Amino acid sequence: MRLTAMTATMALVAGAAFAADVAPGDLQFDEYGAIEESLTGMAGDAENGAKIMASKSKGNCIACHEVTALQDAPFHGEVGPMLDGVGGYRSAAELRGIVANAKMTFEGSVMPAFYKTKGFIRPGDGYTGKAPAGDELPPILTAQEIEDVVAFLLTLQDG
Amino acid sequence: MAFAGGADDDNLVINGDLEITTKAAAPQHLDGVLDEVISGWHFRSDETQALEMDDFDNPGMIFVDQAVDQWNTAEGSEGKSCADCHGAPEDMAGVKAVYPKWNEAAGEVRTLQMQMNDCRTNRMGADAWKYDAGDAINMVALMSSVSRGMPVNVATDGPAAELWQKGKDLYYTRTGQLELSCANCHEDNYGNYIRADHLSQGQINGFPAYRLKNAKLNGVHSRFKGCVRDTRAETYSPGSEEFIALELYVASRGNGLSVEGPSVRN
Ligand code: HEC
Ligand code: HEC
Ligand code: HEC
Repeated sequence: MRLTAMTATMALVAGAAFAADVAPGDLQFDEYGAIEESLTGMAGDAENGAKIMASKSKGNCIACHEVTALQDAPFHGEVGPMLDGVGGYRSAAELRGIVANAKMTFEGSVMPAFYKTKGFIRPGDGYTGKAPAGDELPPILTAQEIEDVVAFLLTLQDG
Repeated sequence: MAFAGGADDDNLVINGDLEITTKAAAPQHLDGVLDEVISGWHFRSDETQALEMDDFDNPGMIFVDQAVDQWNTAEGSEGKSCADCHGAPEDMAGVKAVYPKWNEAAGEVRTLQMQMNDCRTNRMGADAWKYDAGDAINMVALMSSVSRGMPVNVATDGPAAELWQKGKDLYYTRTGQLELSCANCHEDNYGNYIRADHLSQGQINGFPAYRLKNAKLNGVHSRFKGCVRDTRAETYSPGSEEFIALELYVASRGNGLSVEGPSVRN
């Protein structure tokens, strides 16, 4: 009895706040790799999206991309294209698809999938180099964080 | 942002007279993949590069000196030193250039550290050295220093071919949650910056490498481990069969470059 209750509580803790989120395994990509529906049903917070993109422990997007609007954060990389103006020529759906799993838009891309939890070769526990506890990893970004990043990318209109 | 672009055009001459080949035509097995192989030295800043141009400035040489002492020290139940059987360290010139190498009697590909531990345990009656640590990495640095300037020439055929193929497969496997392979960074993107790091071809002709970041000599397998970890993957261990295979393959990608270790990197 007690066990069941605990299991139920744990499931709630894991899922409750995000009950409405689209799970990583349920993403609906169109034939070009775009995702039409918001992952959370809530508007993204562009300001938080900017922080996630610059943060090493979150998106770390500037490791590969130069973004003039984020030039206060040090060291932008050159592995991916510069993102200035990307909100002008890409739709929210396209950007959502690219951030969630860029390989659905760009086959074989070196850009990591930020909303993917399984199907990896030798997955690790973050950057520890150790094996993970379960067989599914937490996604690198949460559903709301993806929406926040998409909201920020949409503000990049000039480039 | 100041982007330095690809490899620079400087020349590496050590102590004013030892010319190091830091760019070479790619070995045949890289046909269609790379035209030129380039030492990691070319991707470092002028200040870091300068540290490798004079042995008095190269912090890695301190460990080479320690290894010379070790070379002459008798150890183990047989009371023998490396020098007793091998003479002067300079007599080992050329050895580093061809490792990892197939050992016929043992029926396996051996890294330099495996071979040295074979001498220690089977010929000296001494303890094996821990992989990529202390005495082992110092001795690899000594073996490397006496081969400096000689072309890397690792055999990829014959009995080594199977392990070489395994190493090649690993090189192109996209590991971890970031799903990145060695090739994604060091073949597709060398010359580009990834955050603050200027990506090189990930060559190992300069190993062991003294890194300013951790102020010690770093072995090939330790470097591999760090790179695999950075893909958010479960790493392999130094000395593992996977890393021996990968070392053989990556070493062969540098065939034609000079042995350059101990190098200085950031
Ligand atoms: C390891 C490198 C890497 C990282 C990290 C990375 N990207 Fe990318 N990204 C790329 C590459 C390379 C491309 C170009 C597509 C291709 O050719 O694969 C790309 C393409 C894109 C595009 C499409 C640009 C266009 O012109 O259509 C967007 C948008 C984008 N990335 C956003 C992001 C965001 C947001 C993050 C972080 C949450 C991120 N990237 C992290 C490498 C990266
Ligand atoms: C008692 C003799 C003896 C001692 C002591 C000894 N070795 Fe050796 N070593 C050998 C022999 C014999 C070989 C050739 C083995 C073979 O080819 O299978 C060898 C091979 C090697 C090789 C590979 C050479 C090549 O051309 O492939 C290295 C490197 C080496 N030893 C390093 C060391 C070091 C370092 C020490 C001391 C820690 C040491 N040895 C101590 C006898 C010795
Ligand atoms: C996410 C990108 C990335 C991946 C994937 C990666 N590396 Fe690296 N590697 C780096 C960076 C950054 C450096 C430091 C700058 C440099 O020398 O390229 C580095 C350095 C190295 C060096 C040192 C080169 C020198 O001259 O000092 C070697 C060797 C190396 N990597 C091998 C590998 C191998 C083998 C793999 C695959 C198992 C691998 N790397 C995967 C980013 C990566």
